[in-house]
Amino acid sequence: MKTTNINFIGNRNIALIFSGILSLLSIISLSVQGLQMGIDFTGGTLIEVGYQKPADLTALRATLDSSGFADATVQNFGTAKDVLIRLKLQEGVSSADLSNKVLEAINKDTAEPASLRRVEFVGPQVGDDLAQDGFLALLYSTIGILIYVAWRFEWKFSLGAIIATLHDVIVTLGVFSVLRMEFDLTVLAAVLALIGYSLNDTIVVYDRIRENFIQLRNKSTEEMINISVNVTLSRTIMTSLTVILVLVSLFFLGGEVIHGFSVVLLFGVFFGTYSSIFIASPMALILGVSPQDLIPVVREEHLDNLP
Amino acid sequence: MHNSYPLWKNVLILLVFLVSIIYALPNLYNEDPSVQVVSSHAGTALTPTQVSTIEKLVKDSNTPMKAFEVADGRVLARLGSNDDQLKIADLLREKMGNDYTVSLNLAPTTPGWLRALGAKAMYLGLDLRGGVHFLLEVDMDAAVKQAEERYNDDLRLALREANLRYQSVAKDNGFIKIKLKEAADKPNLFKVLDKNFRTLEVTEPDGTPDEVWLKIGERELKDTRKNAVAQNMTTLRNRVNELGVAEPVIQQQGENRIMVQLPGIQDTGRAKDILGTTATLEYRLVDVEHDVQKAVEGHPPVGSRLYYEKDGRPILLNRQVIVTGDQILDASSSVDEDSRPAVVINLNGAGAAKMGKMTQANVGKPMAVVFIEYKSENRIVNGEKVRHKEKVEKVISVATIQGVFSKRFQTTGLDSPQEARNLSLLLRAGALAAPVDIVEERTVGPSLGQDNIDKGFLSFIVGFVLVVLFMAGYYRLFGMIANLALAFNVVIVVAILSLLQATLTLPGIAGIILTVGMSVDANVLIFERIKEEIRNGNSPQASIFIGYEKAFATILDSHVTNLVVAIVLFVFGTGSVKGFAVTLIIGILSSMFTAITGTRMVINRIYGDRRVDKLSI
Repeated sequence: MKTTNINFIGNRNIALIFSGILSLLSIISLSVQGLQMGIDFTGGTLIEVGYQKPADLTALRATLDSSGFADATVQNFGTAKDVLIRLKLQEGVSSADLSNKVLEAINKDTAEPASLRRVEFVGPQVGDDLAQDGFLALLYSTIGILIYVAWRFEWKFSLGAIIATLHDVIVTLGVFSVLRMEFDLTVLAAVLALIGYSLNDTIVVYDRIRENFIQLRNKSTEEMINISVNVTLSRTIMTSLTVILVLVSLFFLGGEVIHGFSVVLLFGVFFGTYSSIFIASPMALILGVSPQDLIPVVREEHLDNLP
Repeated sequence: MHNSYPLWKNVLILLVFLVSIIYALPNLYNEDPSVQVVSSHAGTALTPTQVSTIEKLVKDSNTPMKAFEVADGRVLARLGSNDDQLKIADLLREKMGNDYTVSLNLAPTTPGWLRALGAKAMYLGLDLRGGVHFLLEVDMDAAVKQAEERYNDDLRLALREANLRYQSVAKDNGFIKIKLKEAADKPNLFKVLDKNFRTLEVTEPDGTPDEVWLKIGERELKDTRKNAVAQNMTTLRNRVNELGVAEPVIQQQGENRIMVQLPGIQDTGRAKDILGTTATLEYRLVDVEHDVQKAVEGHPPVGSRLYYEKDGRPILLNRQVIVTGDQILDASSSVDEDSRPAVVINLNGAGAAKMGKMTQANVGKPMAVVFIEYKSENRIVNGEKVRHKEKVEKVISVATIQGVFSKRFQTTGLDSPQEARNLSLLLRAGALAAPVDIVEERTVGPSLGQDNIDKGFLSFIVGFVLVVLFMAGYYRLFGMIANLALAFNVVIVVAILSLLQATLTLPGIAGIILTVGMSVDANVLIFERIKEEIRNGNSPQASIFIGYEKAFATILDSHVTNLVVAIVLFVFGTGSVKGFAVTLIIGILSSMFTAITGTRMVINRIYGDRRVDKLSI
């Protein structure tokens, strides 16, 4: 691949407007539709059972209904033989016994009993704690990155990187909200991994901008940033592709449990790659990054060169 | 510009590679489903006769057995399948009785020389091997209340012993309030308090000179709570041991939660019953002098309390307890002459003496056995979380005392052999210091566990092959070298996971797969840089040198930011998510080693120290 010469920075307004609209739509979807929080955060009971033959969901619903589990939702999970039963935390009754009672109920009058594959029961206080820990993890990783990038680079870069990363997180969550996919602990882990990945991409471009500030002193900042994006472009695309390859494999072969995880990362890697080129780099320009910010040692030389 | 590594560097890299291979090796060996038998009396080894009895039982069952091993006073029977494993475990549990703990186990088949090096396979999480994870919350309020109650009783006793007359000793709003008959006795009361109750905080309320209020100090309350959790952990450990689970994990989490993980357990219902219940027995004399009907109408006689039998009939029992559950030394389930389920009780010295005295004085009179169970669960009432507590007391049997007995006797009246077994287990393992609630449960059936492993492995292989093909296609020889480093990286990750015995979960496998995709990034950075240098007109040798040099700072910065996030994830993540963070952290670190140092070594061997016109990149 030859080094490209695309005017990313000159056309920055198109990308910024596009991202602005995308972020806005995501925020609207997140506030109107919200995320389908899984039982990890809401509390509740989830039971996965397996049958030898494709399961008769209608009959199963009727059985559950007549056994006093009227609010149970029943759906296939992955294959037609696997069934997922969800129960909310109920008024009046709630305890870890619930799963045993449900299994008893569905196996009571049937020749082909279901085998228990998985039970997850999360009490309300644990759900609250998990949600709180998740929020703290997001917060602390953001702060940690802010500090590291500010230390290694400069606060304007740091801010630019965080804006680009938050953009990726918001848009990916927006997609998740539109698709109505379930948001559980594993998905949260994927969101955090996405933060790491998206930053990684941004840092590589920033690193080149820093290097070029020193080497290409006769160019304008805008030109210089554009060159930096262009020379790192093939690397940015290559790395995204290898990550996408493994994610596609995980998406198709990894099973239902890991589905949400791979979806978040697939969208995340896509937006992360996009944002490191179209958001993070222009942001550095908009925030007014200048050579002086990065090379204080040579400031004297600059003074000499002034007319 | 030399593209060569000193000898020590090459040797070091190869050494790391060799060690990683050795420690990753145990993961290639299968595990035998096996049954383990140990003596249930801690610290005692099985005798040769016991061992041969067990061996004979297994052999006579005609189940194919791979091996029968005796080591450290325990016995391990390796079997061919999970079904055989369950069959043999049930057989041994039935035939060997209470003196043995029979547990299901997965025994590694790693050869001896690897085991001698301490090499073990990765520790699989519950989502991969199947099993139950519980999070239990200890009811701290109940623990404090119990402490107050104890003080209450002790105070009364101490006052009586000191011949101090009091009107009342009562708990009220965190205080224990003593109301004396005469205010003049106060100095004497203080003497008593000073002698035995120094830890209590004393308040003398204004306006009521005959009252003294006592409060348990903050420090002692803290200790009480701490001890409640500690004692509960001990009890839970005892109970889990009784259940016969190999490799259980019992850990404190936070201030008031206990995590229990039981790998490979099948009967989750029983596990829940055993872990969560606070069941015990009490023996009381039946009050035959007063009218039960009057008590039902709300006028129970002093000194007696109204209870109900299992069929709902009311019965009056003496307030004074003969023997309580904590005086029970040992208990085992059995059947009585009429083959009804029963529990055989063994009392400790104090309990036996009391029981002997009571039965001697009351031959011919009826005695009742009260089964007490604390049930506690969280309910949602009007959107509020409310902990609902219930003390269930039922009289399970009433029998006429036929003769004097003290230390060892039998109690009947249980619904099923299962209930007898559970009760005897609970009595043996000791009571919980404070009630516990199950606040989280995650059960994974064995079939799903294997499914998860298979799916994880398949997506790993496919992802790996795709990346390898892509890299080789795009970067030619350099791509192949990067692929070598990638394989090396996976071996190191597996070796470190095995060495640390960190828990591998399904998200953990996803983390390894993700690492495969991301760890070639360092090589992509280097190779793109080398290409750039060649385009800038540098010689191939110089391009390799500068490429590695310049890419290094970039790789460091981009990987460290990634690492920061992974560490935060590790700190805040729980369970399977922590497993993901662990593999991510190890993957990021080892990929820096393999992708920079590893590939450089190979490239130096191929291109170093000779004239090169063109690079295959």
